[in-house]
Amino acid sequence: MELTGSQILLESLQKEGVDTVFGYPGGAVINIYDDLYDSSIEHILTRHEQGAVHAADGYARCTGKVGVIIATSGPGATNTVTGIATAYMDSIPMVIITGQVPTPLIGNDAFQEADMCGITRPCTKHNFLVKDVRDLARTIKEAFYIARTGRPGPVLIDLPKDVQVTKCKFKYPETVSLRGYKPTYSGNSRQIDKAAKMLLRARRPVLYVGGGINLSASNAELLKLAEITQSPVTTTLMAMSGFPQDHPLCLGMLGMHGTFYANMSVTDCDLLIAIGARFDDRVTGRIDSFAQKAKVIHIDIDPTTIKKNVAVDLPIVGDLKDVLGKLCDKLSEQAESLQKLVKNTAKWRETIEEWKQAHPMGYESSDTIIKPQFVIEKVRELTDDNAIISTEVGQHQMWTAQFFQFSQPRTFLTSGGLGTMGFGLPAALGAQVAFPDRQVIDISGDGSFQMNSQELATLVQYKLPVKIVILNNNYLGMVRQWQQMFFDRRYSQTVMELPIDFVKLAEAYGATGLQTSKVADVEKIIKQALETPGPVLMEFKISREENVLPMVPAGKGIHEMVLAS
Amino acid sequence: MKHTISVLVENEFGVLARVSGLFSGRGFNIESLSVAPTLEPDLSRITLVTRGDDRILEQINKQLNKLISTIKVIDFTGEEYVERELALIKVSAEAESRAEALRIVDIFRAKVVDVTPKSYTIEITGASAKIDGLIELLRPMGIKEIVRSGPVVMGRGAKGTAG
Repeated sequence: MELTGSQILLESLQKEGVDTVFGYPGGAVINIYDDLYDSSIEHILTRHEQGAVHAADGYARCTGKVGVIIATSGPGATNTVTGIATAYMDSIPMVIITGQVPTPLIGNDAFQEADMCGITRPCTKHNFLVKDVRDLARTIKEAFYIARTGRPGPVLIDLPKDVQVTKCKFKYPETVSLRGYKPTYSGNSRQIDKAAKMLLRARRPVLYVGGGINLSASNAELLKLAEITQSPVTTTLMAMSGFPQDHPLCLGMLGMHGTFYANMSVTDCDLLIAIGARFDDRVTGRIDSFAQKAKVIHIDIDPTTIKKNVAVDLPIVGDLKDVLGKLCDKLSEQAESLQKLVKNTAKWRETIEEWKQAHPMGYESSDTIIKPQFVIEKVRELTDDNAIISTEVGQHQMWTAQFFQFSQPRTFLTSGGLGTMGFGLPAALGAQVAFPDRQVIDISGDGSFQMNSQELATLVQYKLPVKIVILNNNYLGMVRQWQQMFFDRRYSQTVMELPIDFVKLAEAYGATGLQTSKVADVEKIIKQALETPGPVLMEFKISREENVLPMVPAGKGIHEMVLAS
Repeated sequence: MKHTISVLVENEFGVLARVSGLFSGRGFNIESLSVAPTLEPDLSRITLVTRGDDRILEQINKQLNKLISTIKVIDFTGEEYVERELALIKVSAEAESRAEALRIVDIFRAKVVDVTPKSYTIEITGASAKIDGLIELLRPMGIKEIVRSGPVVMGRGAKGTAG
């Protein structure tokens, strides 16, 4: 059967199990949209291509599936770049289809032409320009395979307009063979044996867990490893939902805004097992004082992350599910040694408990002014355990990480690596598309929210009941906090001088808007929002100069925290 | 330390940009780079010379391997290998220096491939260090132009690598 390029694209997407795509039409993809008109694939029309990419990203983060985006050539395509870079930094599987000018015009500075393969080369896992329709089906197969295997990531396919209309015989390939791409899934068993030995000898072990834990769906294996060895667990921002935060072994987040006890534990441990984490600078602080007393075991599917930032004593390349599973098996064979380990490490857990008692996570509560942490605690209290929380980037993001107490995998969607303001609203949108019946909440600040607030229209159009919490301090709060602490309170361009009427903004789009500045109303408003059908925006006017603490100043070791203002 | 790395890649659109973009994006240095197809038409070989400590070289190796288009990466440092570079050197050659230039060419087993009353163009093949040596000796006569290919390398012994 002969099909056009755009028909091949849609057929191939269905073969890959894609039922939903996010996108925005335009001249160079008009043929694809014409075929979408009759297709069973659901298309969600966002109001900006960046919104489409973040929505597909949110969809991918909470489901584990590959998010799919269609955008037109030129500006449509370049608008996707921030979203692609966001997904790349956090290893989110995604396939981005961009229209391109017809092949004979490529390189001619044609109308709405942009060299997307050139622009996205450093922020995609791989990208393709398809110049011949006969290569299209195989390319799509490869793109999905690359996106979802190994360390996942975004893959872009640039599809010229003439290729979309040219016909050829369609047969979707069954298998993929890429001689230059063979990710290692199975961990080396000798290395795993050595890891077991090192762990059994440890007196002060810490498991340092990153986003890989959710990507590899090895949460159960991690829980088992932590419990059989009674090892404390600290999670990065990307792994907050990867390990139950209310677990007695959980130390919460480490790094710049980590807990006192997580940072002290890492500083003092004698064995640090990095699990699907990459020693990001926000985690390590000053690198030459990070975990100096520890032997380091690093488990990751991507060999480039190992020894990139810190020296590693025992590298293990492989899928966490495989490696942690085998490690647990190996340890379980040695019941006696395990018992001894638990005994040997009892004092360590006591020390950590003392740190917890000395400096627990907390904030100064108030009856007169809304504290942002209080709002987050209330949202946690009033929502289901499987509610999906997205955030933008800034103070509200850190407070959410510190105070939300996530308990289920893939329930926290946040831009960790790139730190993209404007991520949360469209990500929540994508999550709600994936799970229409679950509670989806975007926790936001007044600054970030305005970066993609146009997606309110998408929420209303598709009847997506996302609830939005705006913690409004009329500041770009995180930058203001730095200016307060390190720039002598010179609040350069961080005051949001124009007060926005967020309630009216929500109403203008046909959503519900609620607002308060009273502590006593917080609970009532959250309840009301959760009971109201459709999207609801809640604006809380919070204590304006609240800071995110603890904080490790830039250039300091993570044990050198500022604990109070 | 200087490392000569051979990278076998898919001979496809944009692959050189992927490799060079990786070096510039991550702040690795490239001293020289040469690319050409291999016996298999769908494979290309990139030979590049870079510098860095062990940690940087390990990253370069891993990052190159991470590229989907990369089939194989060989760092020849510490291996037995043959290194050859080609250079064309245009040197002033007038009056008494004409004879001297020819003597040097002879000693280095180089060749004169273009002659004018005022210049010689010399072709030399050899390890990069040998070419450096010739250049140093010719420099006092006045070098007008140099074109160097960058080295290519091949492991010693009977065994060949794919491509």
